[in-house]
Amino acid sequence: MNTYEYRKLKNTLASGLALACVILALIPLIYILAEVVMKGAPAMSWEFLTRRTTGTGEPGEGIGNAIFGTLLLVFYAALIGLPIGILTGIYVSEYGNNKLGTIVRFFNDVLANFPSIVVGLLAYALVVAYLNVGFSLIAGSVALAIIMIPIVANTTEEALRMVPNSLREGALALGVPRWRTVLKVMLANGRAGIVTGALLAVARVSGETAPLLLTAFYSSYWSLSPTEPIASLPLTIFRNFNSPSEVLLQQAWGAALVLILLVLTLNIGVRLLMKSKAKKSKAVKMKWMTRLSRKA
Amino acid sequence: MAKRKGLRSRRRPPRFGGDLVFEYSVMGAATLTLALVWLLVVRMVFDSQASIERFGFGFLSGGVWDPNRDVYGALPFIFGTLLTTGIAVLIGVPLSIGIAVYLSELAPPWLRGPLSSVVELLAAVPSVIYGLWAMYTLRPVMVNSVEPFLKSLLGWTPLFQGDPVGLDKFTAGIILAIMIIPTIASVSKEAMMAVPESQREAALSLGATRYETTRMAVLSYARSGIFGACILGLGRAVGETMAVTMTIGNANKISWSLLDPGQTMASLIANNWGEAQGLQLSALIEVGLVLFAVALAVNIFARLMVGRFMKNIPATGGGL
Repeated sequence: MNTYEYRKLKNTLASGLALACVILALIPLIYILAEVVMKGAPAMSWEFLTRRTTGTGEPGEGIGNAIFGTLLLVFYAALIGLPIGILTGIYVSEYGNNKLGTIVRFFNDVLANFPSIVVGLLAYALVVAYLNVGFSLIAGSVALAIIMIPIVANTTEEALRMVPNSLREGALALGVPRWRTVLKVMLANGRAGIVTGALLAVARVSGETAPLLLTAFYSSYWSLSPTEPIASLPLTIFRNFNSPSEVLLQQAWGAALVLILLVLTLNIGVRLLMKSKAKKSKAVKMKWMTRLSRKA
Repeated sequence: MAKRKGLRSRRRPPRFGGDLVFEYSVMGAATLTLALVWLLVVRMVFDSQASIERFGFGFLSGGVWDPNRDVYGALPFIFGTLLTTGIAVLIGVPLSIGIAVYLSELAPPWLRGPLSSVVELLAAVPSVIYGLWAMYTLRPVMVNSVEPFLKSLLGWTPLFQGDPVGLDKFTAGIILAIMIIPTIASVSKEAMMAVPESQREAALSLGATRYETTRMAVLSYARSGIFGACILGLGRAVGETMAVTMTIGNANKISWSLLDPGQTMASLIANNWGEAQGLQLSALIEVGLVLFAVALAVNIFARLMVGRFMKNIPATGGGL
């Protein structure tokens, strides 16, 4: 049975099977996108995007406060998470050739794939219970920030690793202190990668639901206060997905459409940006070489 | 790495004041991660103390979760987590490996990049949207065709008893399978791409077909990476919360039938968080502690398996 024809047949079958796996995996993706657009689009209107949820299910209410809440949560999370993540990445890449660096890298990798509900529990334990703030915007942001840190740290490390060693050596040889080398040469050249990582992290946390359920909770009012509960798009979906009220269900699909647009725009945008930046990065390196030599 | 060694392994302290300040501040940020993990453990143990003292190790084997009598046991949820994760891995792993093989071995080069990006978009869709979709699109399909079919085929086993309702462990398992595909597929793809080209060339030059080359030269070479990828996917399935909470039916009991509603550790926490107080809250946090321990063990194991021959593992997200 081991003739060439038989082996060829097996080859064709296996190739077909692999292709079938790809198609099978793409079906849910396309299905979800189509479904969310079809069911979410009828909800869209200016009122829907700007009015607040009253939670009663009367027609004419919107998800404005949830959109605003998600933006606020992500903004504060980025404010906390990005600097820590980038600094961690710098440490691991530039100073991390030792035991501590290895441990930090390892735990960053572990945390990057950690269940977010456990991160939510941590933020709850620290901010809501221990600091006694209660369910609040700031607790939610801390939870999201903790999720961002390992993602940003890993991409920053990656970006700095891509910077050619000759640039670092060149700067040091010119007598530039190490910290300035890192800030002015390394970061400037790794900028594209770091921005990519930051945007991906933002996209990732915008859709997080479980940690917010445990920390930011929900509110049907407009709120700016960091110590008050706040609405968010994912939680709007979760609260309304099972609702017998047509209006509330419609709200869930509308919120899903807004959320998926936000997340996918960030994701696809970043991928496209990455492609065009890869071509430009050579030019940036040259620019810095000339600038440095001019200073010296 | 080796190239940079001369520059990095500087034993003496930094010369400039600015250097010192900078180095310690980045080190401070880096150790914050470790501090967070440590804090997580300490706080969770502290917060679940009431429950730990009350139930001891019996908590893990207790089959009753009853807020009315204040008796809590985690067994139904550990059971539910294992069962749904099992379904997800059984369905998700073969599919993901097929995808990885196609992306790294078979796809025409111009298609590889875009197609991998599209598969990774599956990981970008928020969990709560998967749940919403499962509730209104997947559920009718399950109730009307998939579950009756499986019941007629395998109805004699204890796994397919009862009426198909669509909100059950099986639906949750299917949704989990879809959600872990991007993780397993992209990490396995990386592992396969890391196989030296000479391996493939050697097999091809001996007259092997593409399939034989893939099986003998690629899959066997990359097997520890692929195994690690599967464990990573498993880790994601264990902690996945929202989509499961929305599809599993939320019943705090042990039942072998996949067509019965159940509860996982994560979905229990998400479901009861708002109203839990006192001992129940403490018990919920203890469930979280168990989940933490499982996720940590799974992730560390996976990391060690994959890390052996890949430096970078794409972070495709935990249980959103």
